[in-house]
Amino acid sequence: MKRTLAVTGATCALALAVTACGGGGSDSASSANQELKGQTVTVAGVWTGTEQANFKKVLAAFSAATGARTEFVSTGDNVSTVIDSKVQGGDAPDVVMVPQVGVLQQFAAKNYLVPLSATAQASVTSNYSAAWKNYGSVGGKLYGLYYKASDKSTVWYSPTALDTAGVTAPKTFKDLLGAAKTVSDSGTPAFAVAGQDGWPLTDWFENVYLSQAGPDNYDKLAQHKIPWTDPTVVKALTTLGTVFGDDTLLAGGRKGALQTDLATSVQKVFGDKPAAGMTYEGDFVSGIVSGDLHKTVGTDAKFFPFPSVDGGPAPVVSGGDAAVVLKAGKNQKAGMKLVEYLASPEAATIWAKLGGFLSPNKGVAATSYPDDTTRAMGKSLVDAGDAVRFDMSDQAPAAFGGTQGTGEWKILQDFLRDPSNPKATAATLESAAAKAYQG
Amino acid sequence: MSAVTTRRVPSAAAGGASPGRPARSRRARVTVAVLFALPALLLLGALVAYPILYSVVRSFFDAGGHRFVGVDNYHELFTDSATQKALRNTAVWVLVVPALLTGVGLVLAVLTEKVRWATAFKVLIFMPMAISFLAAGITFRLVYDQDPHRGVLNAVAVGVHDTVTDSSAYPGARPSGAKALREDKGHGYRTVQDVRPGRSVTLGLVGIPAAKLPSRARPAMDPAAHHATPGTVDGVVYLDFVPGGGGRPGVVDPKESGLPGVKVELTRDGRTVAHTTTAPDGSFRFSGTAPGSYGVRLPAGNFAQPYGGVTWLGPGLITPAIMAAYLWIWTGFSMVLIGAGLAALPRDTLEAARMDGASEFQIFRKVTVPQLAPVLTVVFVTLVINVMKVFDLVYIIAPGPVQQDANVLALQMWLVSFGGGNNQGLGSAIGVVLLLLVMPAMAFNIRRFRRGRS
Repeated sequence: MKRTLAVTGATCALALAVTACGGGGSDSASSANQELKGQTVTVAGVWTGTEQANFKKVLAAFSAATGARTEFVSTGDNVSTVIDSKVQGGDAPDVVMVPQVGVLQQFAAKNYLVPLSATAQASVTSNYSAAWKNYGSVGGKLYGLYYKASDKSTVWYSPTALDTAGVTAPKTFKDLLGAAKTVSDSGTPAFAVAGQDGWPLTDWFENVYLSQAGPDNYDKLAQHKIPWTDPTVVKALTTLGTVFGDDTLLAGGRKGALQTDLATSVQKVFGDKPAAGMTYEGDFVSGIVSGDLHKTVGTDAKFFPFPSVDGGPAPVVSGGDAAVVLKAGKNQKAGMKLVEYLASPEAATIWAKLGGFLSPNKGVAATSYPDDTTRAMGKSLVDAGDAVRFDMSDQAPAAFGGTQGTGEWKILQDFLRDPSNPKATAATLESAAAKAYQG
Repeated sequence: MSAVTTRRVPSAAAGGASPGRPARSRRARVTVAVLFALPALLLLGALVAYPILYSVVRSFFDAGGHRFVGVDNYHELFTDSATQKALRNTAVWVLVVPALLTGVGLVLAVLTEKVRWATAFKVLIFMPMAISFLAAGITFRLVYDQDPHRGVLNAVAVGVHDTVTDSSAYPGARPSGAKALREDKGHGYRTVQDVRPGRSVTLGLVGIPAAKLPSRARPAMDPAAHHATPGTVDGVVYLDFVPGGGGRPGVVDPKESGLPGVKVELTRDGRTVAHTTTAPDGSFRFSGTAPGSYGVRLPAGNFAQPYGGVTWLGPGLITPAIMAAYLWIWTGFSMVLIGAGLAALPRDTLEAARMDGASEFQIFRKVTVPQLAPVLTVVFVTLVINVMKVFDLVYIIAPGPVQQDANVLALQMWLVSFGGGNNQGLGSAIGVVLLLLVMPAMAFNIRRFRRGRS
């Protein structure tokens, strides 16, 4: 779901950048040794469209350096099902770009994965913060290398709307609420909330929770070591209710929010007829703004980091695609070489220059990003260090955190419809979670 | 329809054996029969019998498929609120849709017999059958869209509504933070404090984009800067917001604009005693007011939100909306089938009835329908079976937040097994229940074909 959106939002403007920077990576190739000549590495991932084209440029650079042929297979949205059937059918790819922590753990549990080589481990240790290493590890063994990451703690706003209201980007949730009220008073509802898609609501919650309850509680809740009825959850829901409960703050009120999908919510803020001042979602909003709405990110659309709640540190909720090597692959060794390559700052820089990409790799120079907005997001991702947390709903079983119409998505939609009773919502969340985590 | 396909499959093995040596020839005949039937039996076994049996077995195991759980899945099926809702919805579908479709099909079939461009008309009605459910679902999702700029139904609804009713001047406006006004139980806003003649009131509103103010709006009159007249209640209704910020709530700041054209009412003990409309600078006055205490009210009509159309895809209307889409697709099917039956009817009974002076309606009711009964039953039963399996339209048309309100058994089966639930035990149980529900209709259809043959 998230993936498709990121893809549809992929920028047309990028096409220019692609042609402009395409040749750069492969020049050094001729001098390097061609140790993998004649071998083919198959890579599977969810990417399509521009994202796939950009990733293929990275693969091409790998081919140029090593002589290996590379092949990219798109799995569509449901990576776990596709890879399951490929492994069982004896047609497994060598490397998979896994988009969810939950799936990575599932693969590790099924004994599909080869632990990363010493070289890859060394690059991860030196170039990545411990948080990313943790999310790539299962049972103390490092299996996954996070090549691509996203920043899901960005509130996007229309500078015009905030200027009209005379407010500036807020630093705390309290200020955000105050600013939102002023924006609404100025005649433009403050937020376009994408309530028709359930997952933006989970991301709202995760940001509030991470900042308010702290990373430790966040981890515990993500692993369901504390129940959803925990007071911290009720408190976060209550905080969230201060936004969701005020019809004047939401474009179209709560009812309108429930009929707004992500693309529409972005259009409501940055479209030709602005109906809201701000929208919250991850870095991929910029893709929709520039790609679908043909507006300029950085002037027509700006973002501020999701503000800190109740004095906690500002949250950095993230997601990402981890490269893993499959045991069942035919070319394990070459696959591992590819992962080693992807762990290098050079590999990340190739895509970073093309845009629509953030790297958790500390070695990627800020200047590699094509514009200030992306640079700022990349910086906040790396600066957050160990405080980065992976999207909680992506860590949960799909029945709870990843399915339209049920689980967390549905329950938070019900909460948006009627935020008056956070306790009851927490109880419903707990009963759904208990069922999903046990199954 | 399916009569053609089920008839006389096994009779191929009958011929070929010669008379004499009865025992051997019989054995040979049996062998040949088995040989001929084998591919069909194998296919049936692999594609129909095995999956059914496996589903039944699987339904007694847990999500992982390793632990035997007895009838737990069935127990959960009938206690889980989502599945119950799906069961109820499927029941509604079965009760409403086949009957409606058969009825509409019958009426259309009889009518098309009598119009001139019958074939063109039939082709038109039958056309949606050629469209995939997926495409039809996406189309109807758009048709039902809430936004009148996209959803054609709401475009009509809003268009009709707006020609009948005037839109309000300041939709969504509300009192500013100064708290001079409060909600007046559905009648708009009224002053918090009572007003006596000789006093001015300052009524600040917010929530109106400055760009949307009427061009005749002037800077607001400032009640603090003028002397109130005895025997008069006056005041100002203004936009209590300075673009770019910096205004003080409840105070008329220099850059703030008056709100012209706001209806203002003077109330006493809850009844309206006078009303007026604000001037371009937002000012209003009620002169010649008798002493006493009054309230000033801004009626709700000033602020009514524009009519947003009907929420077709809300929890209440979602099932009827999907049914309508289903009707659009399947009407052609029932019309063509019933039309074929109609064409095969002996004309003499109709002629006889006509000669005896029966009206067209009487002929329809007393002659046509009874004679068509077998066809109608086939259509009805086929539709019952189809309706129980409805999946794609519900999946596509119902948006996430109302998916559970529109849920049906077939969708629930998919959702719990593959759509995130990953519990194929429970999914199998739902599949088995669905099969049991379809069975009577199948049995009925097969019995009818048998009887039709003999």
